[in-house]
Amino acid sequence: MTTTHDGETQDLTLVNMGPSHPAMHGTIHLKLQLAGERIEHAEVNIGYLHRGFEKEAEAHCWQQIFPYTDRLNYVSPMLNNVGYAMAVEKLLGVTAPERAQYIRVIVGEIARISDHLTYMAAQTMEMGAFTPYFYVMKGRDWLWDLLEEISGARLTHSYVRIGGVAWDMPEGFKDRALALLPRIDQIVVELDKLMTRNRIFLDRMQDIAVVSAEDAVSYGWTGPCLRGSGVAYDVRKAHPYLIYDRMDFEIPIGTDGDNMDRYMVRMEEMRQSMRIISQALEQIPPGPILIDDKLVVLPKKAATYNTIEEMINHFKLVIDGIRPPRGEVYSYSEAGNGELGFYLVSDGTGRPVKCRVRPPCFMGMAAVEHMITGHMVADVIPTFDTINMIGGECDR
Amino acid sequence: MSRTVLDKLRQRFEASIIETHDFRGDETATIRREALLEVVTWLKERNDLELDMLTDMTAVDYLEQGNDPRFQVVYHLYSVSKSHRVRIKVPVPQDDPVVDSLCQLYKIANWLEREIWDMYGIRFKGHPNLKRILLYEEFVGHPLRKDYPKERRQPLIRRPEPEIAQVLARRGKARPLPTATE
Repeated sequence: MTTTHDGETQDLTLVNMGPSHPAMHGTIHLKLQLAGERIEHAEVNIGYLHRGFEKEAEAHCWQQIFPYTDRLNYVSPMLNNVGYAMAVEKLLGVTAPERAQYIRVIVGEIARISDHLTYMAAQTMEMGAFTPYFYVMKGRDWLWDLLEEISGARLTHSYVRIGGVAWDMPEGFKDRALALLPRIDQIVVELDKLMTRNRIFLDRMQDIAVVSAEDAVSYGWTGPCLRGSGVAYDVRKAHPYLIYDRMDFEIPIGTDGDNMDRYMVRMEEMRQSMRIISQALEQIPPGPILIDDKLVVLPKKAATYNTIEEMINHFKLVIDGIRPPRGEVYSYSEAGNGELGFYLVSDGTGRPVKCRVRPPCFMGMAAVEHMITGHMVADVIPTFDTINMIGGECDR
Repeated sequence: MSRTVLDKLRQRFEASIIETHDFRGDETATIRREALLEVVTWLKERNDLELDMLTDMTAVDYLEQGNDPRFQVVYHLYSVSKSHRVRIKVPVPQDDPVVDSLCQLYKIANWLEREIWDMYGIRFKGHPNLKRILLYEEFVGHPLRKDYPKERRQPLIRRPEPEIAQVLARRGKARPLPTATE
């Protein structure tokens, strides 16, 4: 028996949602105390997908951690690759060549669109609209075809290297990418027409789970969720990295901080990412894609097989690893869900003392309790979806 | 790189600062544990600093480097309006792993502190709900401590020990069983 928000006394019903619930992605457990259909108390439990990323990273060479970063936010692994490479480069004090920076921006923005498309698919499907899911997944598949062409893998790319990228773009990539963009844009238009003015969709999105700018900052929110609350913080604009300062793009922000704003921000960001991709593809200069530093980059295969020095160089790098100087850095980049940070501590050996990843959707999940309390059970799913929780990133 | 935040911090809290550096442009101050709440409150509320976002918080175990005190709790603060950052580090000894909680200042501190308790066994004084977050309540030990073996397994559903011994004998290797260390 408890007193509800209305001042009535009522028995509370305990409802467990997840982790085995289709909309909880199999990794979230919500313990809800309900008064009728309204949530009086909520408890959010995470950790069902914890795989010990940091512990594994501490046992590996710096360059061997890339495959693990692929499995953090597994709907945009390229952005994790880029974020991690930039962190180690900051520790080493090196910068990737210009062409590699352009390639990183191109693959990163492709990954961002695929991230947001996945969000759109999950958001609409989990609210009961199955058709948009297929429309959107089709587009994501085309984007993954592009990423497969450049990296050789559809999902776990491990394409970025410390000091550049693994190999150059294949021939004709630019034309195929530029040809694909209007088709992706068409999908965004379709989805927009189908959902954005849909009465049922609006009723479940507008004015639900309003988060003030102040709360969003206090919860450490970044990315589309923070911008939905009206704070124009985007790492690409606030602290331009790679070649983002040469790109012409806008940062969409919301006004109310409700579910709809978080959805609309992502909708617009996909269009902005397409602008960035086409500009980068037009501007990309020729040149090397890896830095020329024997202490960081593996020698060419032909040299490894034919000269003793290069072979020793190869083995030293593979066995002992890259040796950054003693020190600590925090490096951050804008991933699909917000500021993806890496805090690295090196003691001068080939393996990290500490490789902390700051997962942007962990901060989102911390606020879910605050967001759903006072709302209906049916509001839980659209609200949870707007966080775009990705288990691999949240639980690491 | 400018040292805007560090210079002001040094002026105000000379006695509480153990050391500062700005390696690769990251302004960093190591401060005494007792001064943490006072320093962070000042950093958050001072108008020209306004470090209103706790971007990240973690701990580092320097067991293998032989540091004394063994742990460091690391705070990354960011100012959304002023676009500057600072890293605050607090040394924490092994025999008294307690730090003041920042839950009153930043809402995200609640979960981040739970994660540090879970992974490193560092407690936070004043935390309203300090329990494990990524692992389950029955877990023994704190896995990110350097003396926790990476290969140790702790399945939630335990099989009786003779049965485990049988399986291990069949595989031809004995793996240390988890023991209650704390």
